[in-house]
Amino acid sequence: MKANAPNRREFLYSTGFIVAGLATSGSVIFAPDYSWALSPTAIDAHSAQTLLVMARQLFPHDRLGDQYYAAVVDAVDKQAASDAALRKLLADGVARLDAERGIRWVELSNGARSAVLKTVEASEFFSTMRTATINNLYGNPLVCRFFGFEGSSVEHGGYIDRGFDDIGWLPNS
Amino acid sequence: MAKAFDLKDDSVVVVVGSGAGGGTLSNELAQRGINVVCLEAGPRLDITNIVNDNATMFGRLSWLDKRIGTGDLNASLPLWVCKTVGGTTVHWAGASLRFQEHEFRTRTVYGNIAGANLLDWPITLQELEPFYTRAEDKLGVTGTHNIPRLPGNNNFKVMAAGAKRVGYTQVHTGNMAINAEARDGRPACRQIGFCMSGCAIGAKWSTLYSEIPKAESTGHFEIRPDSMVVKIKHDASGKVTGVVYADKTGTLQEQKARVVCVAGNSVETPRLLLNSETSKFPKGLANSSGQVGRNYMRHMTGTVYAIMPGRVNFDRGTQMAGIIKDESRHDASRGFAGGYEMETLPGFGLAGVASNTIAGAWGPQYAKVIEMYDHFAGMWLVGEDLPQSGNGVTLHATEKDKNGMPVPVVHFKDHANDTAMRNHAYKAGTAVYQSLGATQVFELPPFPSTHNMGTCRQSEKAQDGVCNKYGQAHDVANLFISDGSQFTTGGAENPTLTIVALAIRQAEYLANQLNRKEM
Repeated sequence: MKANAPNRREFLYSTGFIVAGLATSGSVIFAPDYSWALSPTAIDAHSAQTLLVMARQLFPHDRLGDQYYAAVVDAVDKQAASDAALRKLLADGVARLDAERGIRWVELSNGARSAVLKTVEASEFFSTMRTATINNLYGNPLVCRFFGFEGSSVEHGGYIDRGFDDIGWLPNS
Repeated sequence: MAKAFDLKDDSVVVVVGSGAGGGTLSNELAQRGINVVCLEAGPRLDITNIVNDNATMFGRLSWLDKRIGTGDLNASLPLWVCKTVGGTTVHWAGASLRFQEHEFRTRTVYGNIAGANLLDWPITLQELEPFYTRAEDKLGVTGTHNIPRLPGNNNFKVMAAGAKRVGYTQVHTGNMAINAEARDGRPACRQIGFCMSGCAIGAKWSTLYSEIPKAESTGHFEIRPDSMVVKIKHDASGKVTGVVYADKTGTLQEQKARVVCVAGNSVETPRLLLNSETSKFPKGLANSSGQVGRNYMRHMTGTVYAIMPGRVNFDRGTQMAGIIKDESRHDASRGFAGGYEMETLPGFGLAGVASNTIAGAWGPQYAKVIEMYDHFAGMWLVGEDLPQSGNGVTLHATEKDKNGMPVPVVHFKDHANDTAMRNHAYKAGTAVYQSLGATQVFELPPFPSTHNMGTCRQSEKAQDGVCNKYGQAHDVANLFISDGSQFTTGGAENPTLTIVALAIRQAEYLANQLNRKEM
């Protein structure tokens, strides 16, 4: 891959989502291949898409599909449903990102998006989203296992017979 | 055989708190036939409520009532302690170390250090040794009394191999209150991990499933969970007569008592005394010295994480899986007074490592660090911090909790000695991992404080502290301080074993006084 060419993931997450309005209310964001969908209720579709891209921008793992980041937005959306202050925080935060460069933040290049995020690092919006991403991305058992945190062990009898001392690379002296 | 006592029964000893201090004291008194009502602010969990999930158990166990941290403390969560039957013994890692001889007389040994409020303990190591012995037997401490040590896990093996390379010699799997073999009704450790989320099989000592059920079986003990004590009452002569507490519904109740023992950890204990001020005790109960709430210590701490050349899986097995003791000595040539221990620590999951490894970090480089999770090794650095008069607990002037009790404000600033020690410890920990080819090393600042000490300290003279060498308040003969608040200084060692030893000693003293009708 050429250094300056956007990789596949970057391309997908900046432009690939399919946003569909619903006849009743709200909207649905589909993955480009329709393999998953996100239907926010408390936040609008543009905000949801922005937060989805932001979650990946904060902790980008090429090996993880967007559905793991969508789960972050889903969790934030659920919380926002009963938290007016959070709804406002998110709406204002997205508006601030969009206002920074004159075009909507999700449509910026990867580098420009990071540069804009850097300018809002100290904001409550940023720290709220960073914490939400940590909790809901790295708190996901599938993601944990993928990166080597093995999770609950008591139901397997602990590690006494499953490698608690199986290290093999240490030098002898 | 759990018993229920009447609110008006003024023959009972009331113990506030059910952790290492309160839970132990309760059982020791009940075993001697003394009737005890233990009031615990938190709910009573069953061991089946303990699951291997850091976030769930943090929410289930932690003391999350509002506290305001100032200075170097986390502003919204200055402490990481528990609000549950068993107190912080549900969360503790199990490290059970005796204080060293010189740590009972630091004013003499360290001298007059500017800015520090050092004081020698009114007791010596020799006086406490028999009680340390009994505490070790009670907890089943590995490496003592022919109790076998635990096997070392991967994280320990990394630390031990590095320790050897840099020349440390006092390295082993620790003195742990975790059974290597079944003992005293508790099973052998299965290297589950998640010790600090509560031991799901009860291999680790906790008052939740050891002292408290034992006390209940005597017929002399009642535990009342969900009971937050807000005030200690006294009579015209200045003797305490009972406590006022908010029950589960928030209704205020008054339990009469002949003796009150306070073991609410080093924030709640002084908070309760300060909130019990009356015209007779205008600065707060037992506070003629003005020392209630002062000299708060939380140990010099820090963490070193390293990305190692191979897989470690540092969450497997006991979390505090071993120790390097070489730096725990007092050696002023290192540029600071006192010493520190180096103890293994794992990562508390991907979310824990992402939150803590570099505060506030994000972006592709940091994501790569997190992807190396299974190559992480880690250790916790814990050493003596110096008591300072201005570090402590005060009551917020206006803000109150749901029971109408002022919110505690906890203030702590490092002394220059604490900072010098931490910097030394970071370098020492880093060297251990670099000796094995660590590719990246991270120095993490202190977590919210779990070792809380000193806010109602023991002193020889009444003017220097709050209680005597038995934890008995200088000002009020039937009021006792029964937790780590009574520590005169903090030592380098994890405090629980000393809290338990002092509780056993206090129980013996108190029982003798009560039996001789001296109280």
